[in-house]
Amino acid sequence: MQTQITIIGGGILGLSIAWGLARAGKEVVVVDEGDQAFRASRGNFGLVWVQGKGHGMHQYAKWTRQSAKLWPELARELEQTTGVQLEYSQKGGVDFCLSDVEAEERVDLLNGIRTGLDGDYPFEYLDHTQLKKLIPEVGPTVTGATWTEMDGHVNPLYLLRALYADFLASGGKVINNQTVSHIEKQQSGFAVSAGVTIESEKVVLCAGLGNKALGPLVGLNVPVMPNRGHIMVCERVAPFMAYPSVQIRQVGEGVIQIGDSKEDVGLNDDTSTNVLAGIARRAIRIYPLLAHLRTVRSWAALRVMSPDGFPIYQQSSSQPGAFVVTCHSGITLAAAHALLLSKWIASDSQPDYLESFSGDRFSI
Amino acid sequence: MAIAFRFRRIDTPAAPVVNWLYEGNALTACEGDTVAAALLASGIDYTRTTPVNNTPRAPFCMMGTCFDCLMDIDGVPNQQACQMVVTEGMVVRRMLGARDSGHE
Repeated sequence: MQTQITIIGGGILGLSIAWGLARAGKEVVVVDEGDQAFRASRGNFGLVWVQGKGHGMHQYAKWTRQSAKLWPELARELEQTTGVQLEYSQKGGVDFCLSDVEAEERVDLLNGIRTGLDGDYPFEYLDHTQLKKLIPEVGPTVTGATWTEMDGHVNPLYLLRALYADFLASGGKVINNQTVSHIEKQQSGFAVSAGVTIESEKVVLCAGLGNKALGPLVGLNVPVMPNRGHIMVCERVAPFMAYPSVQIRQVGEGVIQIGDSKEDVGLNDDTSTNVLAGIARRAIRIYPLLAHLRTVRSWAALRVMSPDGFPIYQQSSSQPGAFVVTCHSGITLAAAHALLLSKWIASDSQPDYLESFSGDRFSI
Repeated sequence: MAIAFRFRRIDTPAAPVVNWLYEGNALTACEGDTVAAALLASGIDYTRTTPVNNTPRAPFCMMGTCFDCLMDIDGVPNQQACQMVVTEGMVVRRMLGARDSGHE
């Protein structure tokens, strides 16, 4: 099989790039491993989130903001072309603080990011009284929250469905249930072995945690590590939650989704009752009325984390034409990946803003 | 065809009768019936409407898996009717759309 660009990884990140390329008229084949993969795109929380991201790397804070600003365009395009409603809303979001220390640390963090962006970073801290006006259901022991208009949320499963639908409609091809066993550099381009052999000019690694093993095949160092997060879902209730938060959101169809745990437990996506209980306790402190709702399911999924938590975007210097694209925030960055980063893959010139995202920053 | 004619009780020794209320109407069930079984045997047409599309649903899997038999039972919303046994004086209502988020 021959194509112009092979994308390894059929999650939201891979499809965002693939969609952008296919719409620019490129021939693209996506290889999707199947359900033995860890499937971060199926297990994630679904936030389009800006606040708190990019401390220590202002380019990432800026990139995140840029993507959040492009999200309305991505959502509009996908909804119009596919008819899939993404349950997307971006009217602002909160991050709750449960103690004075937490509140101080949060405000310091956001102020740090704001300074890095020359002040262009709208947020405010709401004390309990102010927060209660915005969110009347908030519990009495919540100290406050940071609020910003930049944040929002989306149903990641509908996003994935829409990306697939429009990618296929644009002539893209998907190979399902195949693990990439080998990538070989050819005279011009690459041969990717995935059940069939796919020959292409370029190859893009978008395989999440799988990038760690795939990177060295094309001369790239991709030191990504798993970080486990739990999610718990309550029964559907009539809409009441005005804004999403890092901890809790009410999805478009009414269920309440809870979860902000972070654990380094390796490649293990089992659920732990203790962790779920901790999440539930915190959630009830934030929204006491949740104590009356039933939990209907829970799961764990693995975040894809680089050592500093920021994305890795890099073209291989030893094997030009091979790229890696990996990040933790594939939903938030979907718009930037689809509408901006795909242009870098399509062309051969690297925009200046990408320099700081090279994985070379982890080489000693 | 109405659900009423699709289900009939198999011949078993007569069980004690339990009296209960469905949508304000007095019904009888056999002791040990789940709410879902009693309703199917009584010939109900639907037991809930869905929160998203507002379409009618009736008990389906009868084993606690599908959540299509959610009902308001003794004032508690979103109960699985196939997992609860009818008790004397039980008050059961259809679950119409999403439950309220307020306190019970």
